Amino acid sequence: MMTAAERLTIRLTVNDRPVEREVVVRRSLADFLRENLGLTGTHVGCEHGVCGACTVLVDGRSARSCLLFAVQLDGASVTTIEGLTPPDGLSPLQRAFCDTHAMQCGFCTPAMIVTATELLAQHPSPTEEQIRDALAAQLCMCTGYVNIVRAIQAAAGARPAMP
Amino acid sequence: MGWAISGSSVAATARDDPPSFFLKPAPFRYARPRFLADALELLGAGEHDVKLLAGGQSLVPMLNLRLLRPTVLVDLNGVPGLDHIAPLPGGGLTLGALVRHADLAQSPLVRERTPLLAEAARHIGHPAIRHRGTLGGSLAHADPAAELPAALLVLGAELILEGPRGSRTVAADRFFQGLLATALGPDEILTAVRVPAHGRGWGFGEVVRRSGDFAMAGVAVVIDRHAPAGSCDSARIVGFGVSDRPMRFADSERALLDSDGGDAAARAGAAVTCDPPADVHASAAYRRHLATVITEDTVRQALARLSA
Repeated sequence: MMTAAERLTIRLTVNDRPVEREVVVRRSLADFLRENLGLTGTHVGCEHGVCGACTVLVDGRSARSCLLFAVQLDGASVTTIEGLTPPDGLSPLQRAFCDTHAMQCGFCTPAMIVTATELLAQHPSPTEEQIRDALAAQLCMCTGYVNIVRAIQAAAGARPAMP
Repeated sequence: MGWAISGSSVAATARDDPPSFFLKPAPFRYARPRFLADALELLGAGEHDVKLLAGGQSLVPMLNLRLLRPTVLVDLNGVPGLDHIAPLPGGGLTLGALVRHADLAQSPLVRERTPLLAEAARHIGHPAIRHRGTLGGSLAHADPAAELPAALLVLGAELILEGPRGSRTVAADRFFQGLLATALGPDEILTAVRVPAHGRGWGFGEVVRRSGDFAMAGVAVVIDRHAPAGSCDSARIVGFGVSDRPMRFADSERALLDSDGGDAAARAGAAVTCDPPADVHASAAYRRHLATVITEDTVRQALARLSA
């Protein structure tokens, strides 16, 4: 009979690098990334799937890392904000966030970039409605979203960064 | 304890098990079987609280908030063959319990044969939630404000439950039994759903406080017309978020069938009879008002599609 374990060894790919670790089975992917791997760009807000701050890409699709246990990721490929950042400088999307003042406290920004990356991969020239629909999954308490929408439009080349 | 920040406590923790200062579920053990038989065996092994993990988009918040404290979590994602979307000979579909909401919303087969189901899936949460959340998980969880239980009820779907003594089929109108309560036995696993195809006359709508929230109220409608005249001669109208489970609006169905065109949608809306719960999001009276308005609106959608 198969048994249930308290700890398991998992092998996965994180930001294109192979990772092998033994983990306690109740450890969330968010905590695994931050505390086991030191990838603190993934932020942890509400821890029950509402705020979106911990959003990462799992096998190319966005997911809340607070609602996954690390043990579920055995064999998967995970991309975090660190993996979306070039070795030198910033990506065009990150540059656009700076240029349009699309962040204030910055807490939601990594997940905003992850979400916008997925959006632009699916819709290279998104409408404002598509952008706002995608951003509805991410809470920002500072900006009012206007400049975040502008940043994504700027990165998409859809219109000038600022009026 | 992991919470302690004294040096000795931290030092005592293994390097790959650093302390966490965050919200945590109570300890549990985890298994990821590769066969349904193993999952059923784990479920029936006599542990007092085993939970099945599918997409985890409702279960994991409840674990993190410690509303649930299972001793064993059985992850179904390692069992192959539970995520199929396949046509049935009569025009319907068979759908595996692990079909993700995003795939339900985007599948050409689902959009062609049961567009109401695709539309219902599109209303669930956000993309990141829809990428993980599953059909079977939503049905087994049976949140009264959830979209998919209402969609299955209005379409007259059947649910396939596997247990230690074999498989049984339960109709949607007998599956949902109350607040987070279903016909699933403690030793059973919901593995698939059979959904009949529906005609052109359908409508779906809900009202939420914020995009992606659970609905304060919502309605799914399927109507059909066989005779050339009149508004329609068959109607199923289901409300959600207005009771402890999705419910047929029988009075609205009758009002619609008795109407001879004209203001049929308004009459169906006005005939809504329900006794919704009140909570911090909406009063009972407001939910009843929403059910009336959404019924009128979704019946109008269905009539327009039927005449198109």
